[in-house]
Amino acid sequence: MTQPIIQLSGLDKFYGNFQALSQVDLDIKTGEFFSLLGPSGCGKTTLLRSIAGFETPSAGSLYIDGQSMDGVPANKRPTNMVFQSYAIFPHMSVAENVAYGLKARKLPKAEIKTRVTDAIAMVGLQGFGERASHGLSGGQRQRVALARALVLKPRVLLLDEPLSALDKKLREQMQSELRQLQRAVGITFVLVTHDQEEALTMSDRIAVMFDGTIAQVATPQDLYGQPCSRRVANFIGMMNFLDAKILSTSGETVDVDVQSFGKLTLPLGQATGGLEGCDAVGVRPEMLTILTGSQTAEREIEAVVSEVFYYGDMTYYDVRLPFKEESVTITMRNTAGRSILGVGEKARVGWSASSLLLLK
Amino acid sequence: MTWFQKWRRGEGAQGLFLISPTLAFTLLLLAVPLVMVIVLSFWTQDYLTLHRTFSLENYRTAWTEPMYQYLMARSLKISMLVTAMTVLLAYPVAYFISFRVSPKRKAMWIFLITIPFWTSYLMRIFLWKVILGYNGVVNGSLMGLGVIEQPLSFILYNQNAVVLTLAHAWVPFAILPIFVALERVDRSLIEAAEDLGDTKWRRFLRVTLPLSMPGVIAATIIVFIPTIGDYVTPRLVGGPNGLMIANMIELQFKKANDAPLGAALAISAMIIVTCVALIFIWLNKKYIREAK
Amino acid sequence: MLRKGHIFKWYIGIFLVFLYAPAILLPVFAFNDSSIVSFPLKGFTTKWFAVLQTNETLHVAVGNSLMIAVTTALFSTLFGVLAARASTRFVFPARRSIMGFIMLPMVLPEIIIGVSLLVVIIQMGFELSLWSIILGHILICTPFCIAILSSAFMNLDQSLEEASFDLGQTRWNTFWLVIIPLVMPGIVASLLIAFTISLDEFIIAFFLAGTEPTLPVYIWGQLRFPAKLPSLMALGTILLVLSISLLLVADYFRRRGIRKTGIENTGGFL
Ligand SMILES: Nc1ncnc2c1ncn2[C@@H]1O[C@H](COP(=O)(O)OP(=O)(O)O)[C@@H](O)[C@H]1O
Ligand SMILES: [Mg+2]
Repeated sequence: MTQPIIQLSGLDKFYGNFQALSQVDLDIKTGEFFSLLGPSGCGKTTLLRSIAGFETPSAGSLYIDGQSMDGVPANKRPTNMVFQSYAIFPHMSVAENVAYGLKARKLPKAEIKTRVTDAIAMVGLQGFGERASHGLSGGQRQRVALARALVLKPRVLLLDEPLSALDKKLREQMQSELRQLQRAVGITFVLVTHDQEEALTMSDRIAVMFDGTIAQVATPQDLYGQPCSRRVANFIGMMNFLDAKILSTSGETVDVDVQSFGKLTLPLGQATGGLEGCDAVGVRPEMLTILTGSQTAEREIEAVVSEVFYYGDMTYYDVRLPFKEESVTITMRNTAGRSILGVGEKARVGWSASSLLLLK
Repeated sequence: MTWFQKWRRGEGAQGLFLISPTLAFTLLLLAVPLVMVIVLSFWTQDYLTLHRTFSLENYRTAWTEPMYQYLMARSLKISMLVTAMTVLLAYPVAYFISFRVSPKRKAMWIFLITIPFWTSYLMRIFLWKVILGYNGVVNGSLMGLGVIEQPLSFILYNQNAVVLTLAHAWVPFAILPIFVALERVDRSLIEAAEDLGDTKWRRFLRVTLPLSMPGVIAATIIVFIPTIGDYVTPRLVGGPNGLMIANMIELQFKKANDAPLGAALAISAMIIVTCVALIFIWLNKKYIREAK
Repeated sequence: MLRKGHIFKWYIGIFLVFLYAPAILLPVFAFNDSSIVSFPLKGFTTKWFAVLQTNETLHVAVGNSLMIAVTTALFSTLFGVLAARASTRFVFPARRSIMGFIMLPMVLPEIIIGVSLLVVIIQMGFELSLWSIILGHILICTPFCIAILSSAFMNLDQSLEEASFDLGQTRWNTFWLVIIPLVMPGIVASLLIAFTISLDEFIIAFFLAGTEPTLPVYIWGQLRFPAKLPSLMALGTILLVLSISLLLVADYFRRRGIRKTGIENTGGFL
């Protein structure tokens, strides 16, 4: 296996007495699209800026491409950044902005010119080179920021919430463009975002952060399918939780007593964050089914519909299970012939032990 | 890395390094000279010989001689009158620009207010002499209109003329801070007060005025402290009864050749003015706290 | 209701007359064909401007004042740039007290500054010269420059600086390639304001003038002679037109800067 492009270990960052990062360990692989995901204020920007060299960590080590970055200033690091505000130089044209880093490198004029032209074309801004940069739209500014960073062929491109300033439609379009661009140039992207959907659709791998620590690093599928804690599970999509008590463990399985569902034996692998401290069982709404007619399931339980939300293609049901105060959400696809239940109706809910996760 | 190297790289050191030339200049040309003036005020001088022994003689003279006492009191009175007049003149204008002028026009109005200020300082004062003089504009117009038969003589070469001229000179400096404070007043607060059924006038007294008080205080300080040091206006339009302490300070330093006494007078004036300003600020804080 | 609004407008009108009275009289007397500055007016003439052209002492004073004003503008803007940059970008120990101290000359009576500089220069055994006036003028202009430049530096997005550094440029080059061009309008405005203040400053100049007069010191001397007054009015008119033009230029640059950095215009600095 090749060496990770970025290796962080034991990274701490204090602002006065406030700890913004604590014991961050992270490896980012060469060429991947990596996202830092977390609620705002959790330290994503601080981590990104530590990699870029704008913040000096209070403790820990940071290697980029196998080189220690201790004491290496931002202008000497093989990383480039796309700022949240884009930071386009307002007194320079688009082409001058893109050429800025190349000029700093004192490259020959002819080379600068071709590389700038290529970079501008790459982000789809052909013909905009001589435009003044103030007066560009949000999407165009972002493209300029991308071209300006990518033209330097950095080992890593750092992006701090680059899409948050755009409206919804443009944001979705840019998400796919950014993904394609990353594939085309093959540069490692590290993207900061607080939008879970954005992280899931764009990334190869995602690190979920809470309160300055990394909670889980995984691929989008694993993050959704096997979150390591209730907090992560709740941040990525919806999940129902039922109180659970571990009765005993034996070899590869664990016996638990689950609220409403009763006593069960689950494989140890379904305790995705380890057994220690587990006190709940989680199940995604789409893993539960409302059975109709003669349909059967591995296991069934009686419930009462307490709320119905109709979305056209989908219906969201809130149902009451026996022995449980809060309602449980179930999502159902509205396939042909399926009737929608009404509030107060009895429902048979089908579930399977293999879709349960034992979480802390 | 030692702590020193870390500190040297840190923000604090860079900031101090950048500010140091300006700070050094100000220290050298403001702090050091002020200290020297203080030292000088404790020395004595007869004619051309300076006695460098500590003495309170100058302060005794400055604080007990009736002439100086009188001059100081008059200066203080004039400065206060100027400040009061300036702020009273300025407030409605600042209010007008902030609340009645459309946002696009505000910058233009501020410009309009400041233009006359760029007339040469000396000429401006001199022209007030022309306006207020025995054969001046005011008397000429009033006699032409038949309002008066004889030219008015109480309008020039007295304290009224000094107050008027100084107020004219300082009014833009008072309008600006009041305007800035009024701009900061949250418009929704005023609407809320209206919503609660306050009349316009009560709304102004209970919401707008207290909220704009910081601007009024700034204006007061900006006008009050420097006016005590003006010696040109009293000289040109004040006549013998309109002279102020600054004229005496100037006299001591230049013609009378008693710099130590001049220094003591200058320092005494500064102390008095600062105390009055501090008391004013304190009273205001109390007023604002009670209004809440 | 309507009446109240009227009273307000009347007040503003009268206030403007009061404010503009001297400024309007200045050109009126400058073009008045009479050797006494008083009403009634006699007729139109430009001879008072012609008188100015042949006045040697005046020319010397103007030369001195220009030299002082230009030097003052350069130095106080330089000090202003350093202080404004330091106070807007860096957090350093005792920042507020240091800035307060540097801004102090703004509220200090000018006579105090004049007196204290005079004392130092005499006590140190230096001669009074144009340089003593320059030092005093830098001292009083620097706070104004800082006020203007601080807003220019504050409008600067810090990520622009970081972007430049991130793209491989050194801090020094970043300062010249990014920061200075973007605060340039503020610098121009600062230069013009300092120049204008210095050109018109009398109190300090009067205290510190040695044998060479500045323009205001010259004017002060002439005010005693009634015969010289009409030509002084002409001189004042020229100065007024000059000041206003400079201010308009300064304001133009400030606006351009605002447009460039894309920040909402929130009123004039004047
Ligand atoms: N320069 C700073 N000084 C003090 N606290 C800071 C500074 N920068 C960030 N913080 C704090 O660190 C925490 C993490 O900030 P940040 O990394 O910007 O979060 P995110 O990007 O995830 O929203 C926040 O609570 C923020 O208030
Ligand atoms: Mg952030």
